[in-house]
Amino acid sequence: MQSDVLAWLADNRQAFETAASRHLTLSATALVAALALALPLALVLVRWNRLAGAVIAAVNVLRTIPSLALLVAFLPLIGTGFLPAVIALTLYGLPAILINAYTALREVDPDVVEAGLGQGMTDRQVMRRIRLPLALPVIFAGIRTAAVQIVSAATLAAFIGGGGLGELITAGMGTLNIAQLMVGGLAVAALAMATELAFAALEWRVQRSTGAAA
Amino acid sequence: MSWILENYDLLAVALGEHIVLVATALAISLVIAFPLGIWTARRPALYVAAMTATGVLYTIPALALFALLIPFMGLGKAPAITALVLYSLLILVRNIAIGIREVPAELIEAADGMGYGKGQRLLRIELPLALPVIVAGVRITVVTQIAVATVAAYINAGGLGDIIFQGIAQDFGEKIVAGAVLTSLLAIAADESLKHVERRLRAATSERS
Repeated sequence: MQSDVLAWLADNRQAFETAASRHLTLSATALVAALALALPLALVLVRWNRLAGAVIAAVNVLRTIPSLALLVAFLPLIGTGFLPAVIALTLYGLPAILINAYTALREVDPDVVEAGLGQGMTDRQVMRRIRLPLALPVIFAGIRTAAVQIVSAATLAAFIGGGGLGELITAGMGTLNIAQLMVGGLAVAALAMATELAFAALEWRVQRSTGAAA
Repeated sequence: MSWILENYDLLAVALGEHIVLVATALAISLVIAFPLGIWTARRPALYVAAMTATGVLYTIPALALFALLIPFMGLGKAPAITALVLYSLLILVRNIAIGIREVPAELIEAADGMGYGKGQRLLRIELPLALPVIVAGVRITVVTQIAVATVAAYINAGGLGDIIFQGIAQDFGEKIVAGAVLTSLLAIAADESLKHVERRLRAATSERS
């Protein structure tokens, strides 16, 4: 079986590279979009307590929705392809980032915040110099979870014409090509694992640098 | 809405299949996770090894795991349940081990002082006190399994994912949305009801200690 897998890869290098790069583009776009939405929203919610409860409750529900359901839910409205897949993956990654960022920013030691205010810092300065640096490790943990979730769910984009490595699996299933199926499965598993490790390394560095500063 | 109203029996069958799939997988998961969690709770090296192995399994995306199981197990319910069980182990073993480990040392000493054997101590002190943490793990596991079971329809395991895939194949929007909404409602209902159980257990445990 191992030789079949390698033979398939050698014969279909182009198709593999296209699927892999599409998977990465899809995931990276969704992660950036999720960050662009979630981080500012977390900053707003920390200051606007009355809004926070409702938004966090809604996001907790969003977090529970199965990935396949989320990917296909808008299919009748926005159709198939790259953009619908990106929209669904963005929504899928959003809760982990938003909830971690909001919780971390809120739970910064009130004494430290008080000390900052006592030194005459403005709200904005307290946020930039105290809350954000102290919350950074937990925020990064949320980003890592979201990144792995997005890379993982991007496999299902194949079902809504979004492309990516999942297409090798669905194509392999369609033609009962076990070698192609295995290449797709192994590549997706390896990519998810690599994402986890890469973001864990990043998180560790952030933790060390903020730990040294504090 | 007309398709949903005319085919509610079809939806009910799919929902039933989905629940049976998840319930079977959860039962097997617990049978495996309890001994593993109890065994690794106070053995740090074994605990790290168990977390690493189950963590790797947990990271593999669902569709990829199904693809990798096909050459060995083919299609159908067996590989689907296998995958659901493999996904559950990280959270279940972790929460069972943490729950046991967090039982206060003085309670363990008291139990030993009263002449409890290891098995008695486990059943009467450690597991009851660990229950809220264990139920928290079961909640996350059930929600994950409901999600993965949806994808399992792709390898002919049945369930609500079947409605979604049929809808995609027939290009029938209402069917897709019906499947997606029903799966989501199932996940949300499971999450909320287990959250409720967890909260009551926590209140009961903190009252006792």
